[in-house]
Amino acid sequence: MLIKTVFAGFGGQGVLSMGLNLAQAAMLEGKNVTYLPSYGAEVRGGTANCTVAVSDEEIASPVASSPDFIVAMNQPSLVRFQNQIQSGGVLFINSSLIEAEIPRGDIEIVRVPANSIAEELGSPKSANMVMLGAFTKKSNLVSVSSVIEELKSTLKKKQKLIAINQKALMIGYDLV
Amino acid sequence: MNGNSAIGEAAIRAGCQCYFGYPITPQNELTEYMATHLSRRKGCSFIQAESEIAAINMVYGASLAGSRAMTSSSSPGISLKQEGISYLAACELPAVIINMSRGGPGLGSISASQSDYFQATRGGGHGDYRTIVLAPSSGQELADLTHRAFDLADKYLVPVIVLGDAMLGQMMEPIEFKHEAPDELPVRSNALRGAKGRPSRIIKTFTSKPAELEEINWSLFRRYQLIKKEETAYEAFMVEDARLVVVAFGIAARIAKGAIKNARSNGLRVGMLRPITLWPFPSQKLKDLSKKTKDFLVFEMNMGQMIEDVQLALEGKGAVYFYGRPGGVIPTPTEVSRVISRHYYQKGLKSAK
Amino acid sequence: MRKVYTRPRSLKRVPFHYCPGCGHSIVHRVMTELIDEMHLQDRIIGIPPPGCSVFAYHYFDVDMAESAHGRGAAVATGIKRAYPEVMVFTYQGDGDLAAIGTAETIHAANRGERITAIFINNAVYGMTGGQMAPTTLSEQVTTTTPYGRDVNLEGYPVKMSEMVALVRGAVYIERTAVNSPANIRKTKKAIRKALQSQIDGLGFSLVEILSPCPTNWKMTPLESWQWIDKEMTKEFPLGVIKDITGKTDAD
Repeated sequence: MLIKTVFAGFGGQGVLSMGLNLAQAAMLEGKNVTYLPSYGAEVRGGTANCTVAVSDEEIASPVASSPDFIVAMNQPSLVRFQNQIQSGGVLFINSSLIEAEIPRGDIEIVRVPANSIAEELGSPKSANMVMLGAFTKKSNLVSVSSVIEELKSTLKKKQKLIAINQKALMIGYDLV
Repeated sequence: MNGNSAIGEAAIRAGCQCYFGYPITPQNELTEYMATHLSRRKGCSFIQAESEIAAINMVYGASLAGSRAMTSSSSPGISLKQEGISYLAACELPAVIINMSRGGPGLGSISASQSDYFQATRGGGHGDYRTIVLAPSSGQELADLTHRAFDLADKYLVPVIVLGDAMLGQMMEPIEFKHEAPDELPVRSNALRGAKGRPSRIIKTFTSKPAELEEINWSLFRRYQLIKKEETAYEAFMVEDARLVVVAFGIAARIAKGAIKNARSNGLRVGMLRPITLWPFPSQKLKDLSKKTKDFLVFEMNMGQMIEDVQLALEGKGAVYFYGRPGGVIPTPTEVSRVISRHYYQKGLKSAK
Repeated sequence: MRKVYTRPRSLKRVPFHYCPGCGHSIVHRVMTELIDEMHLQDRIIGIPPPGCSVFAYHYFDVDMAESAHGRGAAVATGIKRAYPEVMVFTYQGDGDLAAIGTAETIHAANRGERITAIFINNAVYGMTGGQMAPTTLSEQVTTTTPYGRDVNLEGYPVKMSEMVALVRGAVYIERTAVNSPANIRKTKKAIRKALQSQIDGLGFSLVEILSPCPTNWKMTPLESWQWIDKEMTKEFPLGVIKDITGKTDAD
């Protein structure tokens, strides 16, 4: 089994940390994993994406020609990646920011209003966690408990942030 | 831990005592790692230098004093370090230089490229010298080869270049560090620490007598011959029955491996030779392969640099094709698969005996 | 009979290759006397530059290593950081320290590196045959300013010592000359103080020495001594430029 996922969005939307969280959760579960970030010269507001490959065997290429899963957090990312996704793959779209119809019938589409949910929670920056929750459930690559464990080790002592992010994650998880 | 940080950790565990660097994307995590983890270690020193030129010359100084010293940069910064590398080679001083290369020429781009192959293997600096060049292709190898770079540098008293790229530097993979940092290292016999209990010592190459410099050049040459004999390293992947052998190094080899696995699953007999030392280049292995395989596809993330070494090694005993993407473009395994199939079918390798 | 003058122990028994009247031999003599007097011979490393004084390592009987042009301060930094127990001095000319090595010098000073720079200012590139140096005086004729240095085209003489003095990590800077017995004595005193500030771990020290180059100035040795007094010291006045070592003079 070799599964490749691309997370894409604006810089600052937390797409790299989504990918990193998945990669580290997979590592925690003893899987082979590569995490490959790619970003523009801007620190905020540019485009950002990362590729995570998870496998039971040695991973040859960390680059994805045709990913199994794509998580698009904004419109430009959708435009860029929607044709690359493998037939039978799953496309996760942040429906708070993306309204477009997807002209492909050979893939499954999961719509998550990540921003609206995060705003209702009073933590707009947690939109990525809402999406990651939904992704974790649907993709079944890693267990949600590994994702939470990783979240805790990344945020260390920031209890408040852990609580709100965990909450966002679980709302996303229960959504699909 | 990303690749850049892994190099830092591996260097510290190899006993690196001095790191001098200057910020440049895409290797800043390494400089930052050393600032955090090396600067406060006992007997160690970290300086964010005023330039890459100053940094390599500080490395030269630290190496003079017998220290395990390292600097790192990315392509444009490595151009600036060439002066110091030439002096290190001339004065027989060990040092480790990391190049997490990016697109060029000029300011180029900040994404991964392999366009510094010539610079690394031909010696971008002046004079008749060689540097050992190690080309890792995974996070684990970044760590292992960084450690090896320090050992080789000390063993042969030469500067060693680790040629990575932006992608290896940014990528994260599980990495196992196989060594603990040593408490103390033995003092190198040619260290300059003041003439206590021995005659004073001069470390230099400059001479007004050409015959003297000729002898220095011969002595370096003999050492380079020894390195060629002892230290050439490569990975041969599925070459035994291969009708087409892909030659690729570093991250390109990683991408090619994915493509070769695809090709194999479609019944194409394709293998790969991945030089781990770019200098010395595994010429003999290529020559051996050419007894069975007649077709070679060189794949590089540049416009064709290593291909010259492949052609030289084969001495015309095989057909050499090239596929390259320059400028920091990252090719996908599918793209490389297509190139492999096209050559495979066009050259009639499918029906070959 | 009491011996009153002899070759310093740390000066090798090798004839100097320098031109008659050149200041390098005097500075070498002064420095090796100090190395003896301060008991530094087995714990000091010298970094000579490319240039006429590249062969300084044939004369100083201490550990020495060559440096690329202008990089002395960076090389010295590397040595000192790797092995702080040792003393380090650079020996640099005006092209080396004040042109190609400006950045290395200023930043080593700014970090307060515990190193001592001996800065030989002879207003000209000596070994390459008398081209304009950053310290070449206005209207001075050199092989690359055949019509005299025109400040509108070639800029002004660089006052490196004054520039370095502005940097906080520099603790002791003095400009001296070696054109008279009195000035030579002052030079020795200045270098002693600079080395002492390094021994005391106070920071960066620099002694700029106005030094005659009769060959490239196309003068007799005597004329060149006089030219330093008459012309060079107008642009480069002698004296202590900065002293925050908090020490009074040794003698």
